[in-house]
Amino acid sequence: MQEVIKLQLWQLISAYLFILLLLGIVKIRKIPREKEIALATFRMTIQLVFTGYLLVYLFANSHPLLTAAATAIMLAFAINNIIKRIKTPLSPKLKKVIALSMTAGTLASLLYFLFVVVALSPWYEPRYFIPIAGMIIGNSMTGITLGVSRLAEGIHNQKEMVEGALILGATPKMAAKPLVDCAFDAAIIPTINAMVGMGIVFLPGMMTGQILAGVSPLTAIEYQIAIMLGIVGSVALTVIIFMELGYKTFFNKEQQLEI
Amino acid sequence: MFRLEAVLYKNILSIELLTLPGNKVTCIVGESGSGKTTLLRLLNKMISPDSGEIYYQNIPLSIIPAIELRRKVVMLQQFPVIFPGSVGDNLLVGLKFAEKPAVSSEKLSEILSFVHLRKDLNSPAEKLSGGEKQRLALGRVLLLEPEVMLLDEPSAGLDEETEQLVVNSLVAYTKQNQKTLLMVTHAKQVARDYAEQIIEINNGKIVSQQEVHSHAGGD
Repeated sequence: MQEVIKLQLWQLISAYLFILLLLGIVKIRKIPREKEIALATFRMTIQLVFTGYLLVYLFANSHPLLTAAATAIMLAFAINNIIKRIKTPLSPKLKKVIALSMTAGTLASLLYFLFVVVALSPWYEPRYFIPIAGMIIGNSMTGITLGVSRLAEGIHNQKEMVEGALILGATPKMAAKPLVDCAFDAAIIPTINAMVGMGIVFLPGMMTGQILAGVSPLTAIEYQIAIMLGIVGSVALTVIIFMELGYKTFFNKEQQLEI
Repeated sequence: MFRLEAVLYKNILSIELLTLPGNKVTCIVGESGSGKTTLLRLLNKMISPDSGEIYYQNIPLSIIPAIELRRKVVMLQQFPVIFPGSVGDNLLVGLKFAEKPAVSSEKLSEILSFVHLRKDLNSPAEKLSGGEKQRLALGRVLLLEPEVMLLDEPSAGLDEETEQLVVNSLVAYTKQNQKTLLMVTHAKQVARDYAEQIIEINNGKIVSQQEVHSHAGGD
């Protein structure tokens, strides 16, 4: 294994030149986005520094409760992020369904991945558990956000079509089916596209990281293939649970559309 | 067929007592915004009253499952929804939603001529005019052979001649098959010519309910 080139502080600081360049361009072109760019850069830096120290602590003090707590916090942030990012108003019932499907879908996939695919031992080993949980939760979060917004928008915009089906005796499931299918598509397509472009259009982050750390590309791709499959599984599972339960929250017990 | 007791829906409709007879043609007339459509929507549980009870064949609607009811008491909206696909698809989609077996193309063509819509089954439904869409949707309702038809201004988009033809066939169908027809209409003439009972609604209240015994005109 080759040694990793350790970045000196000045080297890291020199990378901020990219942001200065970007700030210069938006200023010249009078695009009012300086504040957002600066804030985003600042947040990214602080969050990563914090995470770095946190991970050092977690790795040094490997304990099942700490790993579980870190995963729970990631999950809670992800759920909160989904709810915040969706523009359409969401009912409390739908928020519950989002939380439930994220929790059930990601945990089931994560546990299968760690215990069957990786055969992790001890099960709470944070060096594996936490980054893999992060990837699975993060990708599922993106998928479900797309799915929720497409479903909620679809039902709001196509209220007449849903009611038109109900009025002819359709069950809510039949009435919402075209919208549910469309939302499922929207949720899953970015992940499918990511698989298609993988290795040719871009080298995925985890694989790049492992290669930079000196791992053989062949080992790196094994992990990458496995994690990609795990991500697809988790996104699909999360979105399916959400779709199965989510459309129902738009109807009341008298099978009337309630929005 | 229907009985409404002390039914209140928001501040749109307030009905002390109303009985709607079965196997008859009833027309509901009244100004726009008077609550006619709301009344129809209450009868097939697309909405539920805030208080009071509605009975269908002496059973309270609150204990009849909504989907079961909507498959017997079918409503045609004033601006019916046309689903993506052809004229034929739009006729069949009602049967699919109601989980009834599909029918032959001959039967579909028969329905089209019954509602005086001369269109090919394969022609795209989106291209139809408003009045044609209304007749297509009426055909879709008829295919379901409901016990009760709730029609909201079924002839509003039609010219007088077509209106006459369509309403004529509808009334004849209702009589022959012992169905119940409730029709909201703004056309007083249609009500006078075809109704066996006329209900007038004003400001969310029933202002009159009268039996019409003769259709000879001039009464």
